[in-house]
Amino acid sequence: MWIYEKKLEYPVRVDTCDPALAALILEQFGGPDGELSAGIRYLSQRWTMPTDQAKGILTDIGTEELAHWEIIGTLVWRLVKDAPIDKIKGTPFAAHFANHGRSPFPHDAAGVPWTAAFINSKDDPVTDLTEDMAAEQKARTTYEHLIKLSDDPGVIDTLRFLREREVVHFQRFGETLRIVEDFQNTKKFY
Amino acid sequence: MHNEQLAILKELMEVGFCTIEMALFLDTHPSDERGVGLHNSYAARYKELSETYNMKYGPLTSNDLSKCPWEFINGPWPWEIEYINCCI
Repeated sequence: MWIYEKKLEYPVRVDTCDPALAALILEQFGGPDGELSAGIRYLSQRWTMPTDQAKGILTDIGTEELAHWEIIGTLVWRLVKDAPIDKIKGTPFAAHFANHGRSPFPHDAAGVPWTAAFINSKDDPVTDLTEDMAAEQKARTTYEHLIKLSDDPGVIDTLRFLREREVVHFQRFGETLRIVEDFQNTKKFY
Repeated sequence: MHNEQLAILKELMEVGFCTIEMALFLDTHPSDERGVGLHNSYAARYKELSETYNMKYGPLTSNDLSKCPWEFINGPWPWEIEYINCCI
């Protein structure tokens, strides 16, 4: 089970009111390589993992991704919460506003809603962990794109933290893949 | 949120992050004694800080102790806090 802790994983700071940037950040709220995809992907893959290390890492990284999803929602909210309607009109955020107002909603930067088709769980731990390593790299690239697109120093600070986490997760999934492959190879000899 | 409360919360967030990072490392290095020792020292500090926070400012989770009326719902919620006001 899960329990909510009343704190963010990172102290989010937003220095400006910038609905156009909020629309771009939504990529990581509901896009294919975003935090929601990551969390649901890893947590769905746990049942068929053959080793305790793999069950542990998918549980803990999957849980951390949900904390990152909360951080992204907070960035989006802070960027638009005080925006007068005139500052929203004519920006890419206006299309989001038409349906959702200032509430974050899981779609990508182009408005495509989140779908489970973004992820997979294959009942094959090597396949799943290889997907997970690719997912971390794709998310790292997305964060680098978003950092280039951002002019807000507070937002950049948080995006840099999230980018670093992708690097750490990639490392841990690589170690897990090696553990699982060793386990499978050992099994063949007995 | 007052500065003193924010200072404890931010330390709790820092130490909490250290336990997350150590847990991920230990998931794939479960026999690393130095790692487990480091994790345990962060976990002990976290427990200490969360008990202090809980007593002074109310529950961080719904299974912490609360005065009446139920304090868990008291704002600001994490996404509403201005973290920059803190001087630590």
